[in-house]
Amino acid sequence: MADPVIQLRGVSVRFGRQQVLRNLDLAVEPQQTVCVIGESGCGKTVMLKLLVGLLKPTAGDVLFEDRRVSDLSETELTRMRLRMGFLFQQAALFDSLTVFENVAFGLRAKGGVAEADIRSRVRDRLTEVGLTAAAEPKMPAELSGGMRKRVGLARALALDPDVMLYDEPTTGLDPIMTDVINELILRTRGRRPVTSIVVTHELRTVHKVADRVVMLEPVARLTPDEPQVLYDGPPAGLATATDPRVREFVEGDAARRIGAEE
Amino acid sequence: MTVAPAPPKPPDPDVLPVGGPLATALVGLGDWTLFSQRAISGMFRRSFSGREWLRVAVDIGLNSLSVVIVTGLFIGMVLAVQTYNQFHTVGLETSLGAVIHLSVVRELGPVLSSVMLAGRVGGAMAAELATMRVSEQIDALACLGVDPVKHLVAPRFLACLLMIPMLTVFADIAGLVGCTIICLHVYGIDTHHYWEHSRNYVGVWDVFVGVAKAFVLGGVMALIACHRGFHSKAGAAGVGRAATQAFVFAFVSIIVLDFVLSMFANSVHDIVWPDAKSKVI
Repeated sequence: MADPVIQLRGVSVRFGRQQVLRNLDLAVEPQQTVCVIGESGCGKTVMLKLLVGLLKPTAGDVLFEDRRVSDLSETELTRMRLRMGFLFQQAALFDSLTVFENVAFGLRAKGGVAEADIRSRVRDRLTEVGLTAAAEPKMPAELSGGMRKRVGLARALALDPDVMLYDEPTTGLDPIMTDVINELILRTRGRRPVTSIVVTHELRTVHKVADRVVMLEPVARLTPDEPQVLYDGPPAGLATATDPRVREFVEGDAARRIGAEE
Repeated sequence: MTVAPAPPKPPDPDVLPVGGPLATALVGLGDWTLFSQRAISGMFRRSFSGREWLRVAVDIGLNSLSVVIVTGLFIGMVLAVQTYNQFHTVGLETSLGAVIHLSVVRELGPVLSSVMLAGRVGGAMAAELATMRVSEQIDALACLGVDPVKHLVAPRFLACLLMIPMLTVFADIAGLVGCTIICLHVYGIDTHHYWEHSRNYVGVWDVFVGVAKAFVLGGVMALIACHRGFHSKAGAAGVGRAATQAFVFAFVSIIVLDFVLSMFANSVHDIVWPDAKSKVI
């Protein structure tokens, strides 16, 4: 088994009185695609932000290639971030820049890349996500939700990352666009040796792209001794999981919970 | 029926056990200081785009010019109207220009320009950065290897640092014009003595103090507004609160700093020109 690219060791995160992650352990191997699922508020996005150093754990360690993220200097942290692509939930495109400038942003910020190279790499990435040159001069406000996600993906891929982090990439999209994004995640993996972590609620995405699924439960719903990971295994095993909470999530069945709350 | 007392709440681990609001304010001040240090270092390393700086500078400078001129003009006129009777009663109306010009150049010009811009520009900057925070654009910058404070705050800080003193000069000129119109053309004060007194009392030092104050107040206002924007809470309410806090914190800071800077400027004046004490107001 290869050494993990990303590891969480006993990670806990707390905001004020609210505990979001509790003693979480996770190791992701190179070129693996892991889907992280779970109810809203279970800490999926927080977990992604820990991996790129946007948040710091209250306890425990986050490791990238066996190095603690919290021990990295500012320069090393920047270098690590440049090896990771992050597709944000709402794409997080820069409002004041065109599509072209958004995709070129990382390359220009990194420096040392000729303008002609930037132009050709931006074109390649936009083509890769199914967008033509006509989209280049558009402002983010002129784009549909699906196009924004695709531009966000092109921007994340522009620096040829080793790790791709997707934060709810298909949320708010119609079924066709959801499938387009799922296909793009698959193609991205097919074109380059990339390790992917996909945070999603969408089971179609899980079944289409995941090698492995991790299901988290909100800490507030756990007893003090229960682990936060309810399921860790292949997507095919979700339907037959022994924990009823996993099956309820997969089937979208809230009857037991509503009964308990009444 | 007796009601059982509620169990005591567990202590909030993020709140310091000593001091309460004072400790929170001190932590906030410390955070602002580190934030400012980062923005200033970003300005010197020029880790931002010139285009972004130009966009912000034009927005602050050109788009605020008319507001600042109108404000300065009417402040000068109002001061002349309000003080004419008192000076006329004791036969000192020809000194009116000297007093009002000095007030406008040293105090009202820089303070009013900074306050006006704290409302117009500071609120907008806080709201813009807060929206970027809420829509994760600031996180996206960090993920693309860019320091968001240096990239976003440094150009805004530099633009305020340069533009607010310039706008103050325009406010000063407008204030002097407003005062002169009322004094000379409405109240018919003798032109020669009016200008003679003004020239005797308002000097280069006064103009320098006014512009220097605007430089400091403008910079502090920009850093407060950007800091509030960066620390916005989620949602529309969070963005609105950031914009309001930016104005309120900047306004209070401008008033307090103006007092401190005035005291400092007077002390410097006394040290450099010990025989000219009577000129200091």
